[in-house]
Amino acid sequence: MSFLNNVITGISLGSIYAIIALGYTMVYGIAKMLNFAHGDVIMVGAYVCFFAMGSFNLPPVVGVLLAVVVCTVLGMVIERLAYKPLRAAPSLAVLITAIGVSYLLQNSAQILWGAATKTFRPIVEGSLTLVPGQLSVSYVAILSVVCCVVVMVGLTLFTGQTKMGKAMRACSEDKGAAQLMGIDVNATISMTFAIGSALAALAGVLMCSAYPVLSPTTGSMPGIRAFTAAVFGGIGSVPGALLGGILLGVIETFGKAYISTDLSDAVVFAVLIIVLLVRPAGLMGKYVPEKV
Amino acid sequence: MKKKNLAALLMAGALCFGLLAGCSNGNNPGGNSGGAVTIKVGGIGPITGDLAQYGTATEWGAEIAVEEINAKNGPVKLDYRFEDDTGVADTAVSAYNSLKDWAKDAPLVIYGCTTTAPCVAVASETFADRYFQLTPSASSPDVTANKDNAFQMCFTDPGQGVAAAEYLKNAGLGTKIGVIYNNGDAYSTGIANAFIAKAKEVGLEVVATQTYPDDKTTDYTVQLNACKDAGADLVFLPIYYTPASLILAQAKQMSYAPIFFGGDGMDGMLDMEGFDKSLAEGLLLMTPFNASGTDERTKSFVEKYQEAHGILPNQFAADGYDCMYAIYEACCKIDGIADMDSQKLCDALIAMFTGGDFSVDGLTGTSMKWLESGEISKAPVVVKVEGGVYVTQ
Amino acid sequence: MEKRLNGKRLSKASRSGFINYGIVIAAFALIQILLVVQKLLGVTLVSNSLQSLLVPTCCYIVMAVSLNLTVGILGELSLGHAGFMSLGAFSGIVASFLLADVIPFAPLRLALSMIVGAAFGAVGGVIVGVPVLRLQGDYLAIVTLAFGQIIKNIIMVLYVGVDEKGFHIAASSERFNLAEDGTAIIKGPMGAVGVTKLASFTAGFVLILITLVVVQNLVNSRSGRAIMALRDNRIAAESVGINTTKYKLMAFVTSAALAGAAGALFGLNYSSTVASKFDFNASILVLVFVVLGGLGSIRGSIIAAALLYVLPELLRQFGDIADYRMLVYAIVLILVMLATNNDQLKALVGRIIPKRKGAASHG
Repeated sequence: MSFLNNVITGISLGSIYAIIALGYTMVYGIAKMLNFAHGDVIMVGAYVCFFAMGSFNLPPVVGVLLAVVVCTVLGMVIERLAYKPLRAAPSLAVLITAIGVSYLLQNSAQILWGAATKTFRPIVEGSLTLVPGQLSVSYVAILSVVCCVVVMVGLTLFTGQTKMGKAMRACSEDKGAAQLMGIDVNATISMTFAIGSALAALAGVLMCSAYPVLSPTTGSMPGIRAFTAAVFGGIGSVPGALLGGILLGVIETFGKAYISTDLSDAVVFAVLIIVLLVRPAGLMGKYVPEKV
Repeated sequence: MKKKNLAALLMAGALCFGLLAGCSNGNNPGGNSGGAVTIKVGGIGPITGDLAQYGTATEWGAEIAVEEINAKNGPVKLDYRFEDDTGVADTAVSAYNSLKDWAKDAPLVIYGCTTTAPCVAVASETFADRYFQLTPSASSPDVTANKDNAFQMCFTDPGQGVAAAEYLKNAGLGTKIGVIYNNGDAYSTGIANAFIAKAKEVGLEVVATQTYPDDKTTDYTVQLNACKDAGADLVFLPIYYTPASLILAQAKQMSYAPIFFGGDGMDGMLDMEGFDKSLAEGLLLMTPFNASGTDERTKSFVEKYQEAHGILPNQFAADGYDCMYAIYEACCKIDGIADMDSQKLCDALIAMFTGGDFSVDGLTGTSMKWLESGEISKAPVVVKVEGGVYVTQ
Repeated sequence: MEKRLNGKRLSKASRSGFINYGIVIAAFALIQILLVVQKLLGVTLVSNSLQSLLVPTCCYIVMAVSLNLTVGILGELSLGHAGFMSLGAFSGIVASFLLADVIPFAPLRLALSMIVGAAFGAVGGVIVGVPVLRLQGDYLAIVTLAFGQIIKNIIMVLYVGVDEKGFHIAASSERFNLAEDGTAIIKGPMGAVGVTKLASFTAGFVLILITLVVVQNLVNSRSGRAIMALRDNRIAAESVGINTTKYKLMAFVTSAALAGAAGALFGLNYSSTVASKFDFNASILVLVFVVLGGLGSIRGSIIAAALLYVLPELLRQFGDIADYRMLVYAIVLILVMLATNNDQLKALVGRIIPKRKGAASHG
């Protein structure tokens, strides 16, 4: 029974990592940049939903939608002001700018909303009982797993079938060639950020529903974990992000339950290193050998 | 090369600006001003970063006390300034040095740091430089160890762990005890280790000891499951209120309902915006401060704090408030304080604090006294959450 | 030396190297002179807060220069440089404690502790270096990040102490059976407390010089050219017979060892040090120095580390803005990144700087 409990805990935790990792991997796959500010956009999304539901008593659905809209706009503004001027710059310059944006969002949030931790009211409450008193799954966990799968399928269809999606894939493959084919690379990348930020808002709301504390630094640690999950699954691969996130959650939980709670971080990262040594491009990433 | 030059130029510009600004202010003569002696109080704590909520509480709590004290027109006035240490030792030492620059030759007392590791680093500096230091909340014995100038307003961690075990023994609570603590945090580990050792000594049965690496951890189900499987009917949580609020929520979700018992870090949970107070029903905690207290002083403090910052003060803020009064009252009793520099003031304050007949009444205790070691001696109070408020046990 | 200077014109690279030594020595001399004048005249020239920043600034300069070796010269992104610093700091602290009775002469003890720190850093470098050989780009970045987290986690639960029975080391407080009269050096999450401060500005200065000698000579040597060839085109480099394993490891281990030495100096500058100090953010901080200073530019790293480490501290003096100093820091970071990569600004600077250089050569 405790094994099943751990599996459920692991998947619940993993689904949160996965939904953040989906946004991460989306931006990375197309814009080829590590957006370290992604975790902080999540935090902003959660705050927007928190105030919508807490201060204005709006229903959860409106709260989520509002968070999605605000984060999408925020994502596009950040992209326009901070990342777009750096299109031609080395990738590390963009990385540092993203870190700057991350600090900026954290500190602005603290000035605007204070440093004190707030308790987030979950958008859905309660849990589904499987075995009374022993085994139960929270509705938030079920919702986040469902969201993950829907988002993953949606993104796969979007990038595979629609014109915009194909343009994104073309940009990811070769920006120069895409431009020659008449694709507006700048607009495509801006669109990617809009989608990534919308996903971040969703992730923020789900994360804070599952683990209902909210402070200006809430996004930083899950941001790193999601980055790890995205790499684990093969960065740039949408199904990989889902798989990587879930596996990371399960490994973390099992590490805590069966190895040691003292060294849970070390266990997770050691497994990560071993996996990468065996599969250098992550679980679902394509290993492209360099050609001469 | 060009890029580099430009970057250097920009940064150099920013730096020059900083240096100039540094020269322009800072002409704050200390000493006598209109009959009253002005003592500079330099506070240090994290007001940005992960620990900002604890640092700002100590900053704001003290601020209220300083305003009250200066409005009194007593023999001593306090000139108060608070510096950010972001919760790390090296920044705290820089903050301390910039306070020294701020005070120049005026008598300076150091108030802080909020958290343990920076406080230990700063205390060894103040010990060498001879500044008096009083911390509101850095509770490790390392803060005061081998330093005659460092004093604490809060209980020490081992002291709290021992008191918790003794309380449980005497109250006959909990036949099987689980412990969940943050093994990446000095405060939490300090209490937990002392608690476990004392529990063994007095014959309490600790059936599960679980840890987690930092307060940003979100999932505690595994730790709770381990306690549940071991049959723990009381879980001791010597941790801060943010992770504790998650633990309570997750325990409820898995329908595990032992008695939860926490330390003073738990105070503040009920004031978290949006917190479902029914989760904390029946929670026991040891806290020196009760924001719903009915005495005049507490009421006026809570009122002022809420008006200024929109939230209820917690134990950190109350400790900060008491620190200012302890410094003020001690300074008032020192003869010839007008001619003292920081070093002489330090020795005079040490003599006052350890003299035996000096005691302070505050929000976190009455007739609080200090031991030779720098530890405070005040009675621990256990409260139970009933109907969303503290009820003293 | 004299003969070589007369005999041959210095190459551009070594001239640039000598300028770097010059800058460091001049800065050190200037600060020392200011400190002496301050003492003689009794005026404040170097404030207390600047004085307290001298040693950590030296440490961060070494960190930045050594990280530049990995990121700028070898061309591999590393997000766990603070992990090596952590290894160096804690091993250095333990070493200085154990040597306290044997070597009473503080500077020598400090030097030996720094060597121990460097050795531990180097061992860490080898451990991380092995995956380096297999992975590239962001996958390597995540391994270095993972390494930093693992080190932090392990030191967080580590208890080290000495008593009359000898040296004790344990992974939890329960298993840590130190005798009553023994001394605990590292106490898990409490970190190392009660450290005797040995670090001095002079030691920091010497460490920077050693770092410059090591890194600049490596970069300008045959090995350095091989390392840069690997960065620019690995396949081409391999095809002309460059040993990838050897040179990548060489760069990585050198970088890690220098970071270890810097860590030891840093650890011995404060009476308490905790493992959580050397987290992901600390690694990022150093990376910011390297990128802002310019990838591959040693001088850039020195200047950027010195200025940016001091900047948040100087912002304290601004009064009202002081409350927003971390916000200001973030904005400065973004603006500098945007400005340095702006084509129009670059062109503008390009027009000014050649003129200045031309004038200098005439004069």
